[in-house]
Amino acid sequence: MNFDFSDDAKALGDQAKKLFADKAGTSAARKAMAKDAPAFDAALWAEIAALGWTAARVPEAHGGLGMSAEESCMLAEAAGGSLACVPLVSTLLATEALLMAGNEAQQAKYFPGIADGSCIAVVAWNEPGSANPQALSVSAEANTLNGVKAPVADLAGAQLAIVAAAGADGPSLWLVDLAAAKVETLETMDLVRRHGRLTLNGVAAEPLGSSADYQLWLDRAAVILAYEAIGTATSAMAMTVEYAKTRVAFGQTIGRYQGVKHKCADMYIKIELARAHALHGIAMISSNGAELRQAAAAARVASLDAASFCGEEAVQLHGGIGFTWESDCQFYYRRARTLSAALGGRGWWADRLVRALELRNRAAA
Amino acid sequence: MDFNDTAAEAEYRATVRAWLEANADEYREPPATPWKLDEFIARSKAWQAKKFAAGYTGITWPKAFGGQGLGPMQSIIYGQEEGRFHAPSGLYSIGLGMCIPTVFTHGNPEVAARYVPKALVGDEVWCQLFSEPAAGSDLAGIRTKAVKDGDDWIIDGQKVWTSFAHASDYGIVVCRTDPSKPKHKGLTMFIVDMKAPGMEVRGIKQMSGGSDFNEVFFNNVRVPDAWRLGAEGDGWKVALTTLMHERLAVGGKPKHAPGYATLMKLAKGVEAPNGGPAIEAGDVRQRIAQSYINDEGIKLTQLRALSALSKGEMPGPEQSISKVVVAKTMQEMAAFALDLAGGDGFVTEGADPELDKLQGSYLWSAGLRIAGGTDEILRNIIAERVLGLPGDLRPDKDKPFNAAA
Ligand SMILES: Cc1cc2nc3c(=O)[nH]c(=O)nc-3n(C[C@H](O)[C@H](O)[C@H](O)COP(=O)(O)OP(=O)(O)OC[C@H]3O[C@@H](n4cnc5c(N)ncnc54)[C@H](O)[C@@H]3O)c2cc1C
Repeated sequence: MNFDFSDDAKALGDQAKKLFADKAGTSAARKAMAKDAPAFDAALWAEIAALGWTAARVPEAHGGLGMSAEESCMLAEAAGGSLACVPLVSTLLATEALLMAGNEAQQAKYFPGIADGSCIAVVAWNEPGSANPQALSVSAEANTLNGVKAPVADLAGAQLAIVAAAGADGPSLWLVDLAAAKVETLETMDLVRRHGRLTLNGVAAEPLGSSADYQLWLDRAAVILAYEAIGTATSAMAMTVEYAKTRVAFGQTIGRYQGVKHKCADMYIKIELARAHALHGIAMISSNGAELRQAAAAARVASLDAASFCGEEAVQLHGGIGFTWESDCQFYYRRARTLSAALGGRGWWADRLVRALELRNRAAA
Repeated sequence: MDFNDTAAEAEYRATVRAWLEANADEYREPPATPWKLDEFIARSKAWQAKKFAAGYTGITWPKAFGGQGLGPMQSIIYGQEEGRFHAPSGLYSIGLGMCIPTVFTHGNPEVAARYVPKALVGDEVWCQLFSEPAAGSDLAGIRTKAVKDGDDWIIDGQKVWTSFAHASDYGIVVCRTDPSKPKHKGLTMFIVDMKAPGMEVRGIKQMSGGSDFNEVFFNNVRVPDAWRLGAEGDGWKVALTTLMHERLAVGGKPKHAPGYATLMKLAKGVEAPNGGPAIEAGDVRQRIAQSYINDEGIKLTQLRALSALSKGEMPGPEQSISKVVVAKTMQEMAAFALDLAGGDGFVTEGADPELDKLQGSYLWSAGLRIAGGTDEILRNIIAERVLGLPGDLRPDKDKPFNAAA
């Protein structure tokens, strides 16, 4: 049995955490909050690309390193933990879609640019008025798309969007060159990661795989996003544990009080449950395993729970200072909502989990 | 990443499976009605002897003590395979899981040579005499005293919550041997003969109705110094060996206990408040998802540990979340499922087997949240040992035991 990350993936994860600790983190996030701040940290993006992180999951034939989903997840965790202001997770999600659903020509066209960092790719799934990834109003007709996608993470500055749209056989993915689309900024609760509104008025699009591919992509994306959320939750916990070791009240550090330390233990429990399911998800991606659907949904739900709980209790356990604009707690608190909005909320995924279990039971019966 | 056995593990599994197929036939299905104590003990002893003869006991123990000298993976594989059957289990889990490893780690070699093999073959049952009326979570608060008398010790006092004391031949007991030392320093551990003069075992009825645990009274019970486990005054250290084994033993969801699958099955046949099958109701689906996440999350966390063991590495600290998640999940899931079944979930008379199991689970989970470290103590352990938060204030810790308030 080998239910753990490979040494290579761990090494990449360590490298990413180290670089982000230097160049990202909460002080960089604070700079990114400024109204006139750039959409993302271009210098850091260039450095990431030079290190081959954007190329990690891209096949070697297309200028990439041909690494596994483990590497994508390690990168997502590091990005989530550092709040790094780069479109890395968006690009990882788009890469996964192109990898599993793209035909040879599509891969040849887009992968080299993704690999070298010159093509920033994002995923446009959300729509105003809907929180259900199966019920989309943006629709495809004769290779053109119509409708509005919002909020879309990392939209400003991106070159390529992978758009989910309704079709005759159910929703599926489409490739859209953003040069031809209308892109506007959109303010959200997340003050660090930029989001936008994508208006598609008969914009030309290329189908990316089938509706079955879309379903599979949702699962894979949920696993990658789970690692991002785990990274964020873990940083919120670490920050809180450190504070609990130093803040004194009633003559002792607050970490001695069980009202405080038991909440920290609960943060740890929620994070580790999420890790277990997310790791199961990777194992299922790597093996094309039959349990991917349930593993991915469980990872998504458990990781959102961890991120929300850690973000909320981080503020609480910091007391008044935690509620200030100057405190870093708000980054994690707000980011939990970003993560939830990224791909269908908790309720939708919990339902998908039970549906997967029902299908499995029916198959076994 | 994969969940496959290594070649050696697969070979061991195949051998075990073949042996169980040939020898555990009568345990393919759970008993139609639960065994009475006598039958449970008789069946447990017969099954243990059979396993012993085939080399499936003490799998990780040193060969010198009659063990198989194999790795933790083999022991786990055996457990997984036996878990597919309904053979009697539990009678030896405390003795072989906790007491005997303490005996061969800290006892003198002749004593170990006498007791370990008999325990392994299942002839002799052991219990763990740690908790007292005034010492549970705060185990070092033990008051049962042992006083040296020539080559013997004389033990006087009371233990409580001792599981299976009524079925046990021997036990390991922690006593206070020097009350002038601070609480953790004046303790010593001994083996005790449960049938010795001066021993009295009284059953305690649990809220679940059964009587698995007992009060045990020591009335000037004599034990030879040779039965001392570890040095005089080292009882706390020795007890930590036992407790370390306990944490390994009480981990995941009890075998065959109801889980999310039970809830799903039940919810199909029950009507939701707004009509339609309950399984279609949002709140029910959320609860099923939560049960799956908790129970399977712990199973997967244990697979992470197995993966480490299989590679010869130490499992990570995440194992510490197991019991605290499992016990509470069991309680919440059972309560939710019983409520869902309405009045039927509440009636015990003639209850269908699934509901009967859920009722049992609801009652038993309350004990599980206490046994082997309460939820609160386990959260302290996670916070202090894993996250490095400071310990609780312990005003009595460094005072002589007999001077602390
Ligand atoms: C089914 C069952 C089987 C058992 N079998 C055995 C056995 O075979 N051998 C044996 O020796 N013992 C056995 N026990 C005893 C068990 O180990 C103790 O019950 C347990 O450690 C709790 O101790 P206590 O009952 O004295 O409760 P207490 O320690 O008095 O706890 C009362 C409450 O106070 C809380 N509390 C105590 N200290 C703290 C703290 N520092 N911080 C926060 N909260 C705290 C507890 O969490 C609990 O909620 C068994 C118990 C059960 C329920």
